[in-house]
Amino acid sequence: MSASLPIIIKLEGVEKTLGEQPVLKGINLDIPKGHITTIIGPSGEGKSVMLKLIIGLMRPDRGKVIVDGTDLARINDRELNDIRKKFAMLFQSAALFDSMNVFDNVAFPLREKRMVAEQEISRWVPEMLGRVGLGNMGHKFPAELSGGMKKRAGLARALVTGPEIILFDEPTTGLDPLMAHAIHDLILAMHKTFRFTGIMVSHEIPEIFPISDWVAMLKNGKIIAMSPSGEFRRTSDPIVREFISVNNGIHPTSG
Amino acid sequence: MMLTQRIGKRVLSLIEEMGAMFVFLMRTFGWLFRPPVRIVQIIKQVHFVGFKSSFVVILTALFTGMVLALQGYYSLRKFGSEGLLGSAVALSMIRELGPVLASLMVTARAGSAMTAEIGIMRITEQIDALETMAINSLQYLITPKVVASLLSVPLLVALFDVVGIWGGYLVGVKLLGVSGGAYWSSIESAVEWKDVYGGILKSISFGLIISWVACYKGYFTRMSAEGLGKATTESVVLASVLILVWDYFLTSVLL
Repeated sequence: MSASLPIIIKLEGVEKTLGEQPVLKGINLDIPKGHITTIIGPSGEGKSVMLKLIIGLMRPDRGKVIVDGTDLARINDRELNDIRKKFAMLFQSAALFDSMNVFDNVAFPLREKRMVAEQEISRWVPEMLGRVGLGNMGHKFPAELSGGMKKRAGLARALVTGPEIILFDEPTTGLDPLMAHAIHDLILAMHKTFRFTGIMVSHEIPEIFPISDWVAMLKNGKIIAMSPSGEFRRTSDPIVREFISVNNGIHPTSG
Repeated sequence: MMLTQRIGKRVLSLIEEMGAMFVFLMRTFGWLFRPPVRIVQIIKQVHFVGFKSSFVVILTALFTGMVLALQGYYSLRKFGSEGLLGSAVALSMIRELGPVLASLMVTARAGSAMTAEIGIMRITEQIDALETMAINSLQYLITPKVVASLLSVPLLVALFDVVGIWGGYLVGVKLLGVSGGAYWSSIESAVEWKDVYGGILKSISFGLIISWVACYKGYFTRMSAEGLGKATTESVVLASVLILVWDYFLTSVLL
């Protein structure tokens, strides 16, 4: 990667074993600030584990996770909580709180952390819901929402605190192609507005190429390729080509 | 060799789980006294554990008292001392049956629901979502439940005692013809402060056992629907067994 890009997150030789199975076997990865970086790779390769390491939900067995110059392994819980204030995460299942309606879900991080006045909340939350296309859904409960609407609500909850970094764990899994496309468009539009650093884990090929600035591929516990999205698509690396082609619905030898 | 290995493995995992449970309890205690105090959450939980269990507690208490009076009457009649029926019912209620049976009912009703609720939050990544928002999940989710149990279970036990003694009165006095005056006065002369105090001590410790086991099992639910079912079953069984075992030890110390 070119040296001029400011790096916000750095993984150095990260290894992680779950149970008795080594998942990550020495990850080296630089995440450029203010861009969307997408990590692709076969299922069960530990892509989600990587996100959990980056936000400190898990700790690496070996190696370093450095966020904005701070090594996550060297800090206590309170300092970790300070770091987490830079983050938001959109979970695979959206992870909305069942016991609250959509409005309260989106207001939750504001009420808990920012100590924003209720007046402000009653202005901000509907505005954010409007941006993600859920303008009149504030009173609904998560159980009443479709998969796509849950993702939208999850995205609103992630954006509402104005985080520097947003992690997307397979944001379109379980959605039909049209809805997946709409969510990708929404992520791109929100990125243009809020300029956060996005780290996305996905296997939606080729849809992720137009919305990603950088693409990295995880295979056999290592990052085997990373380049700007346009270059990545035209890569000559046979393993990457095969993965892209298969997921594209094109036979690998025909390209 | 195989057998000894298997036994060794079981023993080790048992010790490991005991250690994990103890660490969980200590960490929960650590968060118990840190601000913010979540009054609304605590009230909600008292409503759930206490108020919503009161019907089943009243029902079981009534029938327990009634059957005690029935059994007691025929035993005491052999010695011509039916007049002591009141004290027999009241002492068994206050010392043993009230705390133990009320706690077992709360375990079955509220403990299992607590495990399921926390377990679902674990499986659907809601607990992770809390952590990524820099909110400690033990403090937000677990401590209100522990506090609510510590408050509710002694009150439910008191309710159980009163209703049970009244159920004994119904059968003993109204049905079998023991003198009402003798029933109440034998209670008054036989029950000492020591008995009541022991019952309260038991009920407080049972309240802790119920919430501790239920929260622990829910918090560490394995990521599947099967895991959730298993966690709920284990929670009820373990809490019930611990209540009876702890009851024996506490009784032997108190007597």
